[in-house]
Amino acid sequence: MSAASLSFAGVRVRYPGTSRDALGPIDLRIAPGEFVALVGPSGCGKTTLLRTVNRLTSIDAGRIDLDGVDSASLDPIAMRRSIGYAIQATGLFSHMSVARNVAIVPELLGWDRARIAARVDAMLELVRLDPVRYRDRRPRELSGGEAQRVGVARALAAAPRVLLMDEPFGALDAIVRRELQRELRRIVAEVGTTTLFVTHDVNEALRLADRIVVMRAGAIEQCAAPLEIVDHPATPFVRELFEAEDAIAELRAAARIP
Amino acid sequence: MSYLAAHPLRVALALGAHVELVLGALALAFAIALPLGIRCARGGRVAGLLLGALGAVYTIPSLALLALLVAALGLGTLPIFVALVAYAQFVLVRNVAAGIGGVDAAEREAAIAMGMTARQVLARVELPLALPVIVGGVRIAAVAMVALATLGGYVGASGLGTLIFTGLALHHPDEIIAGSIAACALAIAFDLALRGVERLVSYRSSR
Repeated sequence: MSAASLSFAGVRVRYPGTSRDALGPIDLRIAPGEFVALVGPSGCGKTTLLRTVNRLTSIDAGRIDLDGVDSASLDPIAMRRSIGYAIQATGLFSHMSVARNVAIVPELLGWDRARIAARVDAMLELVRLDPVRYRDRRPRELSGGEAQRVGVARALAAAPRVLLMDEPFGALDAIVRRELQRELRRIVAEVGTTTLFVTHDVNEALRLADRIVVMRAGAIEQCAAPLEIVDHPATPFVRELFEAEDAIAELRAAARIP
Repeated sequence: MSYLAAHPLRVALALGAHVELVLGALALAFAIALPLGIRCARGGRVAGLLLGALGAVYTIPSLALLALLVAALGLGTLPIFVALVAYAQFVLVRNVAAGIGGVDAAEREAAIAMGMTARQVLARVELPLALPVIVGGVRIAAVAMVALATLGGYVGASGLGTLIFTGLALHHPDEIIAGSIAACALAIAFDLALRGVERLVSYRSSR
């Protein structure tokens, strides 16, 4: 499968049982193969927006098009098998080996055994885990960083049209996080998929994304390339969010004060 | 032990009938409890009502329930069989529901997001992860059923209860003791065997 375009038109999600919008209206177009980061404080709706794509959250108005096709008209089961999903909690199946976790979507798609086995090894190599050493491990035998690598391998195993990631590196220490950020760009480029990446870490968004969508209170505050956002923040909120937080410089400045 | 030495065949036959009764009732009870437990795991008012009703059955004194069943179904194996199935429901249904309810939310969500159908989520993720808790329920139910099944001797069902009630009627303490010890041994054997299964599935599902 090749990377899909993704477009949101007037998408709204209401708080359950009310007429108040939790999200939207959202209008956003994402090109095939583009890497878009959704950034904003907790509760701004970035995770909700992400989950509308694979219909874990249903929308109350508007439409979402996958490659120009209204996603509401697609069978959700088949559609989800063509969309990768990786989350902070990993959701790796703890009763299955690493290999079986990675094999899940290809199995659901009915690939033959040999093709699945080859694909699992290729995916583990893609995320830099030695297949021989990791294939038969259980999720509980993995470090946090390794578990995320497996999560990414699983999400990409069936060459999805779109990859959805929700704070995948949020629970990792800074060094492992940097390492995985560096690798994710390479991985996504190799697989060639459209990526929607939720994070509250603006530095992560700046490093990874082709385009950053800043969200606040369920709406898009600004949507632009990383440098454009930093150089020309559209609102005071965006400026504050992206203001360089340089603790070292602050420390030196404070020390210089007599 | 003297009774066992004198009548090994009689004790063996009673034990065999007892095992047959318990295993048969356990199999049917589980077949009923599994779908009910799955339903209860989904929550809502039906789940609350169902567990409440099963809990109420569980609190009826076993002898009273058996008497009612004899009145309705007559003497023999049937009333004790039905009583065993009814009593086991509460523990079995509750554990199936608790096991499924205890599945990590992220694992369930991942299963849905990967494109599993509701049935695949249940069969490939929820039930395997719930298995240790479900087997734990089967173990508790089986041990209780071994004890409860001795009451069958009172209503004409064959089993270890026959030894106990005949011994009681004929003032043969040896026979009572032989029946009781055999029932205890059987309960312990079920307990150990199912503990083994529990450990095995716990290991496999990495808990």
